[in-house]
Amino acid sequence: MTVLDVRAVTKVYGQGAATVHALRGVSLTVERGEYVAIMGSSGSGKSTLMNILGCLDIPTTGQYLLDGVDVSRLNDRQLALVRNRRIGFVFQSFNLIPRTTAVANVELPLAYAGIKAAGRRRRARGALDLVGLAQRGDHEPNQLSGGQQQRVAVARALVTEPALVLADEPTGNLDSRSTEDILGIFDDLHAAGRTILLITHEDDVAARASRLIRLVDGQIVTDVRQQRVPA
Amino acid sequence: MSILEVLRFAVRGIGANKLRSGLTMLGILIGVAAVILLVAVGNGSARQVADRIEALGTKTLTVQGVGGSDALTPTVADALDDPVLAPDIASVSPVTSTQATLTYQGTEHSVQQLVGSTPSYFAASNSPVGAGTAFTADDVTQGRPVVVIGQTVADELFPGVDPVGKEITANGALFTVIGVLDEKSSASGFMDANDVAIAPLTAVRQALTGYGALTSIVVEARTPEKVTDAQAQASLILSQRIQTPATSNTQPYRIQNASQLLQTQTETADTFTTLLGAVAGISLLVGGIGITNIMLVTVTERTREIGIRKALGAPRRAILTQFLAEATMLSLLGGGLGVAAAYIGSNFTIVGVRPVIVPSSIALALCVSVAIGLFFGSVPANRAARLRPIDALRYE
Repeated sequence: MTVLDVRAVTKVYGQGAATVHALRGVSLTVERGEYVAIMGSSGSGKSTLMNILGCLDIPTTGQYLLDGVDVSRLNDRQLALVRNRRIGFVFQSFNLIPRTTAVANVELPLAYAGIKAAGRRRRARGALDLVGLAQRGDHEPNQLSGGQQQRVAVARALVTEPALVLADEPTGNLDSRSTEDILGIFDDLHAAGRTILLITHEDDVAARASRLIRLVDGQIVTDVRQQRVPA
Repeated sequence: MSILEVLRFAVRGIGANKLRSGLTMLGILIGVAAVILLVAVGNGSARQVADRIEALGTKTLTVQGVGGSDALTPTVADALDDPVLAPDIASVSPVTSTQATLTYQGTEHSVQQLVGSTPSYFAASNSPVGAGTAFTADDVTQGRPVVVIGQTVADELFPGVDPVGKEITANGALFTVIGVLDEKSSASGFMDANDVAIAPLTAVRQALTGYGALTSIVVEARTPEKVTDAQAQASLILSQRIQTPATSNTQPYRIQNASQLLQTQTETADTFTTLLGAVAGISLLVGGIGITNIMLVTVTERTREIGIRKALGAPRRAILTQFLAEATMLSLLGGGLGVAAAYIGSNFTIVGVRPVIVPSSIALALCVSVAIGLFFGSVPANRAARLRPIDALRYE
């Protein structure tokens, strides 16, 4: 079962002399349950790819099929629905909403999905429990450490039970201990059969994935399946 | 997203920066309070004028001599009382009035108006007799020195004593008090309506004013609707009776009509109210622009948050309603507080006018403040809703 099907996607920013070719024809398919790490130096286009995969950005040319549906044909409302139901996004900079408790942050995608308050709270608490922050639900982001904030963000990405979890350098801003926490959660998710795409700079993070893709100058140079290195 | 959810987000958004929200609300508060209060002041002064004029009686016409003319005589007054030529005139009261000093057992009081007239004057001038009786037509023909005094006079000369039956002197002439007028509402600022004494015309002329011209003639129409007809009839008779002197081109008399006066005054007051309301409306508009300004700042400040919300699957409509609800809530809260402020303010007398709140102005001001929230909030809210998620997320 193919979750992602990317066909000859390019992305061009700017015009004239300032034109930047962020992606120069990327094709890629990801099957359900795969754990994919994407590596590449800064400027290789990996974040651009991730934004397109997360339906936050649109490709200049090429096709992107999510669960067999061509995303470019969806209107604004349908795109919002896809982002809400199918995709869980984890950002490098956590992107929690300030002055809002951890539970309320985790509840947010459920609120946009139209789930009633009681069920929402229960599921948000459950997701926080999953990342080991059940006791910290009433803390606001500025009362949490970076690792804890990222775990809240992961809980928020998981709470809608999306088919696809996208993580854009989720451990980039974290110390080694918090990195271990986050990767442990991803391991569990992988074991539970979720599809995970993760961008990283670090080899030991990439080693945890079952497939490794390297991007150079907006093109895939290697794409190998590998033996996972357990923690 | 339920409505409740949207409102909760809005409350949180407003609470996030209390000082800024408070100041924005203050703009609307001042605008709404100004509209309600200034309209109330305009309305209050219109009321005051109307009260004053109504105290004169809406059925009456007053014929006054102009420029010391001696055209008005009791003969002219009798001529007006003509059921054939003037069927709509109910009564005619010739009036001569003068200032006089009243004394009773050494107490002196200078009465503003000592009126000499006929019994019909009591009804025509809206001054019913409370204690005692009014004088009769017979008293007028006989020229009996009797007098009916106003409440102020009674209080001044007879503190704690029943004045009926007592004898007083007016500029040295002896009069017997036979009645006291009911207290009149003294809304008029320039004159105390209760500082008056009314005596038979003949007695006053004989003892005090002499047999010159009358001060005025008070004509009462049969009904308030007939006032215009009565005025036409009166002016016809007067034009026959009184010759305009060849040396001047103006009539030596003037007919004043209370209801006309009332109408003119009401129109003036309405213009005044509209003007005040318009000025206040401008301040409400300025408050509205304040909301747009602050909401634009808020949207810019929270661009990243909007990006996050969109990345989590917030549809455009959810973002739009969130910011619209925030703007509307700001303006509605400001409006509500403005109504409260206006309500408190209306308890005080403003430039000599007691404001009377017009209920519709409250409804209007509140509706306008909601409309302002929706209208002025829609620009920033739209801007927020249209942001592309990736642009919003990248915004620093």
